[in-house]
Amino acid sequence: MIDGDRGGEVVRTGLLTCVRGLVQVVVAQAVCIPLFVLTVLSIAFIPLGVGVVLAPVVLLAVRGVANTQRVWAAEWSGVPIPVPYRPEPDTRSPFRRLWWLLRDPATWRDVLWTVVNIPLGLLLGLLPAAMLVYGLEGVLVAPWLGRITFYGWGPFWPVDRFGPLSVAAAVALGAALTAFSFKAGPLVLKGHALFGQSLLAPARTTLALRVRELAETRSETVDASAAELRRIERDLHDGAQARLVALSMNIGLAEELMKRDPRAAQELLAEARSASGRALSELRDLVRGIHPPVLAERGLDGAVQALALTLPLPVDVRIDLPGRAEAPVESAAYFAVAEMLANIAKHSAATRAWIQIEHARDRLLMIVGDDGTGGADPAAGGGMRGIERRLAAFDGTMAVTSPPGGPTIVTMELPCALSSPRTSPSSGTG
Amino acid sequence: MRVVIAEDLALLRDGLIRLLEAFGFEVVEAVDNGPSLLRALTAHRPDVAVVDVRLPPTFTDEGLKAALEAREQVPGLPVLVLSQHVEQLYARELLSDSSGGIGYLLKDRVSDVSQFVDAVRRVAGGGTALDPDVVAQLLTRHAREEPLQALTPREREVLGLMAEGRSNAAIASSLFVTEKAISKHTNNIFSKLGLPPSEDDNRRVLAVLAYLGA
Repeated sequence: MIDGDRGGEVVRTGLLTCVRGLVQVVVAQAVCIPLFVLTVLSIAFIPLGVGVVLAPVVLLAVRGVANTQRVWAAEWSGVPIPVPYRPEPDTRSPFRRLWWLLRDPATWRDVLWTVVNIPLGLLLGLLPAAMLVYGLEGVLVAPWLGRITFYGWGPFWPVDRFGPLSVAAAVALGAALTAFSFKAGPLVLKGHALFGQSLLAPARTTLALRVRELAETRSETVDASAAELRRIERDLHDGAQARLVALSMNIGLAEELMKRDPRAAQELLAEARSASGRALSELRDLVRGIHPPVLAERGLDGAVQALALTLPLPVDVRIDLPGRAEAPVESAAYFAVAEMLANIAKHSAATRAWIQIEHARDRLLMIVGDDGTGGADPAAGGGMRGIERRLAAFDGTMAVTSPPGGPTIVTMELPCALSSPRTSPSSGTG
Repeated sequence: MRVVIAEDLALLRDGLIRLLEAFGFEVVEAVDNGPSLLRALTAHRPDVAVVDVRLPPTFTDEGLKAALEAREQVPGLPVLVLSQHVEQLYARELLSDSSGGIGYLLKDRVSDVSQFVDAVRRVAGGGTALDPDVVAQLLTRHAREEPLQALTPREREVLGLMAEGRSNAAIASSLFVTEKAISKHTNNIFSKLGLPPSEDDNRRVLAVLAYLGA
């Protein structure tokens, strides 16, 4: 039975491969040919002006097809093809968009793939189905047709001449070819995927670019965390540590005074207690600045809810997270939202604010908005710029729309995966 | 009075036991993790429990969760929660069943021994003990909202102390006025907040809850 199951599986994948191959044929002929023609025309029309608008549309369509091909290569043949494109610029200017597309080497490799895929996609796409059909013909059609009329099936089997022997041979050969097509089909399809990988995967230059980008964000992250450590050291040294020294001094003095002047001793002890309270509250603020306890306890969901509760204006909180992100990502996300909320409380003169957090397509999406006076500008430096840098360390992005007169909407995205379903309850709005 | 203590740091646990025993409490069990806290609370049904928020095994809000679960099984079980930091979110969760007998204090409040013991007694008696930090946050947060704007500064001061869980007598002595004046203030507060007169002492809790839930 196990063999039967395995046989069924082979036949199923074989048939599926044929269908997928035919899909590739359609893509190669019905999509790649027109796209290539359009690409050439639109680029040729750039000097005339029409191409400036047309070329980005066509090139993005090429990217769409290439991306589909990347997904298929991974899903059908297990050939992973990473997406090589440079990040999209935050601009509406058609010239800058065109420049961004034309400067990206991945664009030209896509176009090259489109051309080469026209014959290669046709050939490799047809092959699995052609082998199967020809094999089946040998089993089912050739023997009958050979009896009625002259029929030369296969390269060397004139079926009508040798009677039963040739019929049996035709059936055997047809069966063999059919079986072979089931085995070979997936390999042919994989061949096509590998051809795709050779052009659609990131080229060396793209990788170099990515390495430079990573090196930049890394050095920014390292600088930022070094500065953070220095700040913590200074705060501990000047704050809690100094207070504890004063505290133990006061207690020591009180010990001495206990017999001679109990009243003064008592006053010193009371002072010591309030100093210890201040030291504790300084430590608490410090801890909150490093990693808020509620974030560790309740994750991003609970921490943002708690944050919203402390704001001096009503905040609508909508959070839909099926799990928790990794701690560093979670922390970056929390401080990003906290900074935006602090800005709202300090500068916006808003009467309402809202937060929306969700996770989709491996990205954490955070939107913070208010109905205030607007005019927020991350380029002016300060907290927003810091958050942008912090998010960049995780390949995250931040977009701010804040026209004068408001409203302000900040959209932040962080690529990340979520783990383990949440266990703690979360409640309503703040 | 029988007490259960939950605190994972041995030094603090011993300190709490010594402190409470010095004031005549009987510590029936002192545990150091969430699961055994839940077991101890449901088994002993103490007059009051003093619980650290962060406990093993998860070192997150295990103590809070165990306390909430115990109160589900034993309604009204008095619990005083201690924490290294205070969160309105947790205060709201603790007060959500409005049956009283709840306290939520910063750990440092332990250092003011007599006030701390007072808070433990108040919680054991079905009252509330809310940390001044939480109350201060509530009052600033809602300062812009309608009903609270109707309150005079003095009434707001009284509401703050009331939210901490103090009795009229205690509020009177800390503001250096007569108890009668305070009860006049509290009646004004209740009517401005739209809480109808009744013999129910829980109106004080409801007044605080109205703000927590808002």
